Amino acid sequence: METPALSIHNLTKVYEDSFKALESISLNVKKGDFFALLGPNGAGKSTTIGIICSLVRKTEGKVSIFQYDVDTDFSTAKHLIGVVPQEFNFNQFEKPIDILVTQAGYFGITSDIASKRAEKYLKQLGLWEKRNDFSRNLSGGMKRRLMIARALIHEPKLLILDEPTAGVDIELRRSMWNFLTEINKSGTTIILTTHYLEEAESLCRNIAIIDHGKIIENTSMKSLLKKLDKETFVFDLAQEISVCPKIKGYSITLSDQNQLEVEIPKSESLNGLFAEFSKQKLSIVSMRNKTNRLEELFIGMVEKNLESEKIRDE
Amino acid sequence: MNNHEKWVAFYTILRREIRRFMRIWPQTLLPPVITMVLYFVIFGQLIGSRIGTMSGLPYIQFVAPGLIMMSVITNSYSNVVSSFFGSKFQKNIEELLVSPVPNWIILLGYIAGGMCRGLGVGILVTLLALYFTSFGIHSIPVTIAIVLMTSLMFSIAGLINAIFASNFDDISIIPTFVLTPLTYLGGVFYSINLLGDFWRDVSMFNPILYMVNAFRFGISGITDINIIWSFSMVGLASVVLFLFALHLLEKGSRLRS
Ligand SMILES: Nc1ncnc2c1ncn2[C@@H]1O[C@H](COP(=O)(O)OP(=O)(O)OP(=O)(O)O)[C@@H](O)[C@H]1O
Ligand SMILES: [Mg+2]
Repeated sequence: METPALSIHNLTKVYEDSFKALESISLNVKKGDFFALLGPNGAGKSTTIGIICSLVRKTEGKVSIFQYDVDTDFSTAKHLIGVVPQEFNFNQFEKPIDILVTQAGYFGITSDIASKRAEKYLKQLGLWEKRNDFSRNLSGGMKRRLMIARALIHEPKLLILDEPTAGVDIELRRSMWNFLTEINKSGTTIILTTHYLEEAESLCRNIAIIDHGKIIENTSMKSLLKKLDKETFVFDLAQEISVCPKIKGYSITLSDQNQLEVEIPKSESLNGLFAEFSKQKLSIVSMRNKTNRLEELFIGMVEKNLESEKIRDE
Repeated sequence: MNNHEKWVAFYTILRREIRRFMRIWPQTLLPPVITMVLYFVIFGQLIGSRIGTMSGLPYIQFVAPGLIMMSVITNSYSNVVSSFFGSKFQKNIEELLVSPVPNWIILLGYIAGGMCRGLGVGILVTLLALYFTSFGIHSIPVTIAIVLMTSLMFSIAGLINAIFASNFDDISIIPTFVLTPLTYLGGVFYSINLLGDFWRDVSMFNPILYMVNAFRFGISGITDINIIWSFSMVGLASVVLFLFALHLLEKGSRLRS
């Protein structure tokens, strides 16, 4: 088997206030993968990332990066990881260019090489014009990109991003996606956490869902989406109606006088539905997915996990 | 990391530290200079001329070494304590914590930064002193050695304070309630021979007394105490504090959750 980029084995974290944030999780991320780590707020994503890059001390378990143990081979392991944390953690009074060159220096890279690399990444991320501004004066989206540039300055093989697109506008988000896709294509393994499931669906090949400190799903994006057994569509009607139409095999609700929400099982086709609409003289002006497909699955899973936790607690 | 990379990392930390105190020079370099001008004018010229001599020296020449030492101590200490705590507060200490830099390099980098500020201010204050009075140097090795060791020791102490501090009050408590009184009572302004037996014995527990006297010996050849004690004490304290600071960094206490 090929060396995994990241391998986590039975990782447990109990914080000082004796809160158990991670319960014996295990996870492998393949070399070259684009991997999504999803989970609701407080699930333990940032804790996991914190342990990988040694900002959080683990209680138990083993973590290795390209088979280098983060405890015993910490120097090699750290050279291989680049991390973009969830919260801004650079010195707000320093200039972007200094922040990058300094970070490179911590990795033993001399300032002439570092300055060239800093220029390259600042240009790629659209920050070159801002290189001499106080970084506290950058906008939120620029600060995020600065942290991405900083994580790349020592050219890591594994890039970990904790909600890199939080608070980033749509256009910029797309350009960040392109940037990350390019980096991934050139051979860097990427792990990201996000609350935009559309982002995970369009970028990532493999996925793990973590909830209450446990991994509740770990599979490929494709096979996960296959599990989706029904989808909800929203139909806008040309006319207003007051009685919800009934169609066999579909569950329909009238969400507005001229809007229907229809749950369509995988086994049924849209054609059948449209035929029924025509029969009942309902004319459709537009239709869309109610939620992102992944979102539907995600919500279902997290809710199921919550119920099983409740049962266990009782 | 190989040795060259370690050197680059050390140099990077030092460069960043120097850049920090130069950037905010009105907070770091200017205040000690102003305070010292006031000391020289008031204690040296105005009051000093009425005091006459102390331990056989004109008063201004007696206080000058003490005042230089005082600025070295406070500036070494406060540079490291505010820089390290600041980076903990803004979380940019994480930039170092995720990097492969060994803890002893982090420690040396911050210490070197503190010493640069401490010694830099020390030089400024010396130049000021020479404007108000004149003095030669009795022993160059003693003078340089004691000032370097003192600066080293207080830089390490500042780092330890910063590791334990969890808010801005915590970084001003030690300077205000420990460092300042010890300095004022540490033989900067008077010879302990003026004190009664009891207070002289109490003063012997004040480490700053030893440093100030050794430095005054280096400059003028006059001291209240044996300077061998000074060097042993500062040397030992520096080693102990260094090992303790390193231990704290290795444990990651208050830095890694
Ligand atoms: N330093 C800490 N001390 C105590 N508990 C903590 C600490 N840091 C995190 N926790 C707790 O651990 C749990 C997991 O937190 P974590 O930050 O890993 O969640 P997350 O999945 O990243 O959430 P989000 O999506 O909101 O960023 C939370 O309940 C949090 O309150
Ligand atoms: Mg998080």
